[in-house]
Amino acid sequence: MNTITVDNQGIKLQAYTYGDSKKTAIVLVHGYPDNHSVWEPVAKLLAKKYFVITYDVRGAGESDVPRKQADFRMSLLSADLAAVVDAIIPGRDFHLAGHDWGSIQSWESVTADGPLKTRILSYTTISGPCLDHMGYWMRERTFNLSPSAKAKVFKQALSSWYIGFFHLPVLAPSAWQGGLDKLWPQYLKHRERVEEPEANPTQGKDGKHGVQLYRANFRNKLINPQERHAACPVQLIVPTRDNYVGTQLFEDLHHWVDELYRRDLNANHWVPLSHPQKIAAWIGEFVAGVESGKMSGALQHARVRPERLHLPLNGKTAVVTGAGSGIGRATALRFAEQGADVVCVDINEEAAERTADLTRLLGAAAWARKVDVGAAQAMQRLANWVEKELGGADIVVNNAGIGMAGGVLETSVKDWDRILKVNLWGVIHGSRLFAQQMVDAHRAGHIINVASAAAFAPNRKLAAYSTSKAAVHMLTECLRAELADNQIGVTAICPGFVATGIASNTVYAGLSEEEQAQKRAKADALYKRRNFSPEEVADAIVDAVLNNPALSLVGAEAWTTRLLSRFAPVLSRRVARLDITP
Amino acid sequence: MPFLNPADVPEARGYLATDEELDGFRAAQRLAYAAAEAVAAELKPGMTEKQAAALQETWLRDHGVHDWLHAPFAWFGDRTAFQGFRVAVQFLPTNRRLEENMPFILDNAPVLNGYTADIGYAGVLGENPILDRILDDLAEHRALILKLIRQGLPMSEVSRAVDQLILKQGFEPRHKAYPFEVLAHQVTRMEPRDTPRRTMPFKFGTDFLATLGRVALVARKQGWSPLWNSGEGSNHPPVPGLWAVEPHLGFRGVGAKFEELLVITEDDAYWLDDDVPHVRRWKERGLWPVQGETA
Repeated sequence: MNTITVDNQGIKLQAYTYGDSKKTAIVLVHGYPDNHSVWEPVAKLLAKKYFVITYDVRGAGESDVPRKQADFRMSLLSADLAAVVDAIIPGRDFHLAGHDWGSIQSWESVTADGPLKTRILSYTTISGPCLDHMGYWMRERTFNLSPSAKAKVFKQALSSWYIGFFHLPVLAPSAWQGGLDKLWPQYLKHRERVEEPEANPTQGKDGKHGVQLYRANFRNKLINPQERHAACPVQLIVPTRDNYVGTQLFEDLHHWVDELYRRDLNANHWVPLSHPQKIAAWIGEFVAGVESGKMSGALQHARVRPERLHLPLNGKTAVVTGAGSGIGRATALRFAEQGADVVCVDINEEAAERTADLTRLLGAAAWARKVDVGAAQAMQRLANWVEKELGGADIVVNNAGIGMAGGVLETSVKDWDRILKVNLWGVIHGSRLFAQQMVDAHRAGHIINVASAAAFAPNRKLAAYSTSKAAVHMLTECLRAELADNQIGVTAICPGFVATGIASNTVYAGLSEEEQAQKRAKADALYKRRNFSPEEVADAIVDAVLNNPALSLVGAEAWTTRLLSRFAPVLSRRVARLDITP
Repeated sequence: MPFLNPADVPEARGYLATDEELDGFRAAQRLAYAAAEAVAAELKPGMTEKQAAALQETWLRDHGVHDWLHAPFAWFGDRTAFQGFRVAVQFLPTNRRLEENMPFILDNAPVLNGYTADIGYAGVLGENPILDRILDDLAEHRALILKLIRQGLPMSEVSRAVDQLILKQGFEPRHKAYPFEVLAHQVTRMEPRDTPRRTMPFKFGTDFLATLGRVALVARKQGWSPLWNSGEGSNHPPVPGLWAVEPHLGFRGVGAKFEELLVITEDDAYWLDDDVPHVRRWKERGLWPVQGETA
């Protein structure tokens, strides 16, 4: 760390730099009642790849304290940032991040016309809304007659009690000298869940003079807000348990920012101290994305797309196996139309890629992964990738499956092995790995396993297939019971004869290639005549995600086999003796 | 001299066009595309399908067209994908109005000096990424159809290969909405007319329907069909003559197609004209010739 003193029209500002000055520069601005040290853990992590600059905001840390309240106005705070970058990285562009008041004042630099606006390449904002945006937000909801809008304003007002307190003369500043500075580390530890808060030698000063920030800016900005648009991409990090800044304040932010990314973090207000690893990783990832022009998967997912905000699955990540064709592809597309982003998994890479392409055409972010669902290691790699790149899945559809016709005796051990690998083990792996992730992350989610009408219908010529699907059904029921307390829904989907590629790929055990080809052509024709489209199953799957039924029967065949097996098992067994293959 | 039409040469299967006749067909097709491009450039928000169809008709009449295989069509918005089309009357131009970023298809089939053209032209007023993708992906179909016909595959099999490619691409084969689910139909040379001819109900030309009827009878005897689809009726080797081929793809309420003449001879095949708007577009975008195919 190096220290540099910068002069802005007589006010001395203490700045600190970390890392190699030739690398891409990131400036971190601290909030209230902090000084630059709140960023130190993050700065050290980022310094491995970037040149990091922090400074003590006027009135805090080692910087000068201006005398008048008017000297804390927003435009002057922004001028301080300009002075710091002009002194340390003259003429160079940089990336910016702010926390709390550091974020509030940085909005001024990001949105106000001036020399900084074009130099700031990206902005990461944490727990500090633009006061002008906030002014519009309050105006909108105060004049809105709906009770929910009023409730939101009331909720925010409640958590902003301290702002009113800070406007009280004498009392607020003197509290910081009357012992609050000594108590502060304990407050951070117990109320704000910062594990090892370090005592800050200038805490009393930071708290006392920083009150001026509120007094100089709040009233004016909230009563008389200006239209302010950001020129650069903005990453919004929202600590969802923030005691001071409500998540509701950011719901209109996309009006002001064209390229907005939003990431929620289950944490309290002081995330730079409580989650430095995560914050450093997210800032670094965002900066790298802006620099390279290619955003990571997680950021593509985090992109706020206003036209999708109203969709029921907005913000969800879905993993669909067997997404290269049939039910899988139709489901991926339907998810995209309902707002989710989709990981398209298939053993056929080209087909998976094509589905991802089509999914993107519908406005979703999508990724294609080539995976053999029957291979444990490959599935583990998939789950790891989804966790690491996208932050985990909210919806998992274990759909990949193959067809196989023939009796128990006709089906060779090799064929048995093959179908159980794909149809059963694929579902076991997908269910176990992703459910475990959901449980570990305390994430509500949904797991959907595609079984079949055959799960209820024994047949002498469909032994292996029906067995695998009946197992999928039972596994799904067990898993549903197991995960019921974890807010994770589990559904078995049982479709009838859907016109997908499955009929033309079915293996007919014990037949020559030529005979198999004939059977496949006939079966395919029958499926086509049935004219039962994968889209209908996709609709049932979306419905299952929204309503969480234990079992979803799709098509007349599924209802028939289910009812027969339950209420007329004798008849079901008679039917089982018929050869249903074409 | 017999007009170019299999019904007039019952001893042969299909027909072979002379170079002069091919020039005649090419001129008709170029005029048809010129009409579509001229009208496409005139389209504005608020215009109706009926107006777009009428504009094509006026333009073509002004350029010497008196007769039609069918009168010009226009489809806007989700009607480009024939969404919900059940009966033939739904193909006729309506009062649907064009909007910004809405896809459209213009389709006209003039008879110029006795030579028939039948073209389709898809575009958008503004931008539409889905339409762009469909237009791009049609290139593969143009290459595939020619390749398989050159290999002498049965015409129904070629049509099924197109179905398969559409399935792989994840689109819907919307030409299945046409009568007889045709991928293509044969066109013929007809008697030149110098006075304007009226069109029949559903806007098809009188001469065309009469000729098609006669061709169909002869073709039936010879064991082939002038209506090319995936069914058993087209399960025969390629039949010489000129075919108006129109693969039509749809996705989420957006449809696009090209339609142009394919020349089949006794032992070869080629597209009548490579200088057509969709090929020019593919060339600009580096999509033509299609990689791995001899176009």
